Amino acid sequence: MNGPQDLGGQMGFGPMAPETNEPLFHADWESRALALTLAMGATREWNIDKSRHARESLPPAKYLSMSYYEIWISGLIELMVGQGLVTREEATAGKMAVPPKPVAGKLLAKDVAAVLAKGGPTSRTAAAAPRFKPGDKVRTRNMHPTGHTRLPRYLRGHVGEIVRLHGAHVFPDTNAHGKGENPTTLYTVKFPARDIWGEARHPRDTVSADLWEPYLEPA
Amino acid sequence: MPHDHDHDHDEGSELSPIALRVKALESLLVEKGYVEPEALDTLIETYETKIGPRNGARVVAKAWSDPKYKAWLLADATAAIASLGYTGRQGEHMVTVENTPGTHNLVVCTLCSCYPWSVLGLPPVWYKAPPYRSRAVIDPRGVLAEFGLTLPDDTAISVWDSTAEIRYLVLPMRPQGTEGWSAEKLSQLVTRDSMIGTGIALKPGATS
Repeated sequence: MNGPQDLGGQMGFGPMAPETNEPLFHADWESRALALTLAMGATREWNIDKSRHARESLPPAKYLSMSYYEIWISGLIELMVGQGLVTREEATAGKMAVPPKPVAGKLLAKDVAAVLAKGGPTSRTAAAAPRFKPGDKVRTRNMHPTGHTRLPRYLRGHVGEIVRLHGAHVFPDTNAHGKGENPTTLYTVKFPARDIWGEARHPRDTVSADLWEPYLEPA
Repeated sequence: MPHDHDHDHDEGSELSPIALRVKALESLLVEKGYVEPEALDTLIETYETKIGPRNGARVVAKAWSDPKYKAWLLADATAAIASLGYTGRQGEHMVTVENTPGTHNLVVCTLCSCYPWSVLGLPPVWYKAPPYRSRAVIDPRGVLAEFGLTLPDDTAISVWDSTAEIRYLVLPMRPQGTEGWSAEKLSQLVTRDSMIGTGIALKPGATS
């Protein structure tokens, strides 16, 4: 979706503001927000694509005014309400009003190290042979889906070159919407910066992105 | 516990609205049985003490001092990094991009906050914030200048927008004057930013 998350090339957000000796968390609630988000993933009520879609579906003005952990917590509440794990009233009150919904899993402290070490690989057995190979020129589709996609707006309708094949990976555009993992070939595609941003850019600079086959057509 | 318990006596005056909101949410999720509080503590402790940019620095230092490892790291970063014990969440599929005199690499996630947690830990605030996410792709030289890094005009900048589950680690150039250094000593020169591309490795003598 053309939501507030799709920031590449937007202007007016101001200068970089790196902090010297930045703390890992700026307040206790940030660490709890991170941990709650990770722990609730163990319920398997959603996947990473669905959680990204929940965040990017926040109203743009709110999204842009929030810190990142606020975005995470707001997204988490939307996911939990949507799945019937909690009600909005419960989330506000911090008190149970309706019984819990049975869920598939719960993260226990003793399992944290193993769960983090395992992660969530998204590579899958390919359902079809790759359509493109390294060196091929491809054009990104001019598409504007209302659902989740990982093709940023600034890269739509541009010609690039396949520089790497990653095999089949879970396809976010379907996985975010409960329509299955739909393993699809993933490529790294490299674009000349000038083709995207114009003649003012350095002639040798490039921008690359990891793009799924349905985003691409032969050029 | 790295918790809010210390503040319970006067939380009304001390906690911000968002802090109160998160606290309420945690209470609810524990009460409903979805979350084990000790698991939250363990998660936080893990990222505070075990998973951070020193992991990535060891990877880089080994690549600087072992040509066979470097070749492996560039050919199959996931396996080469896993061989040092760094695996898992937000590092499941790794690619290493090498800085050379001719090319400087810069990593960003314009769509969210994708970052190689297994080797760099949790991302800094600026990495997740709109200024960096919006500008790294359209104005990388301006961004680098604000980080204090100005590259020669004939150095190409290669920006990697992490749009899938591939996570990028920049292999910075080894500083001159470090011949014969041990990997452990070399790793002290590898900053977090040098592995994102918003910086370069420290020069000898710049560390304590």
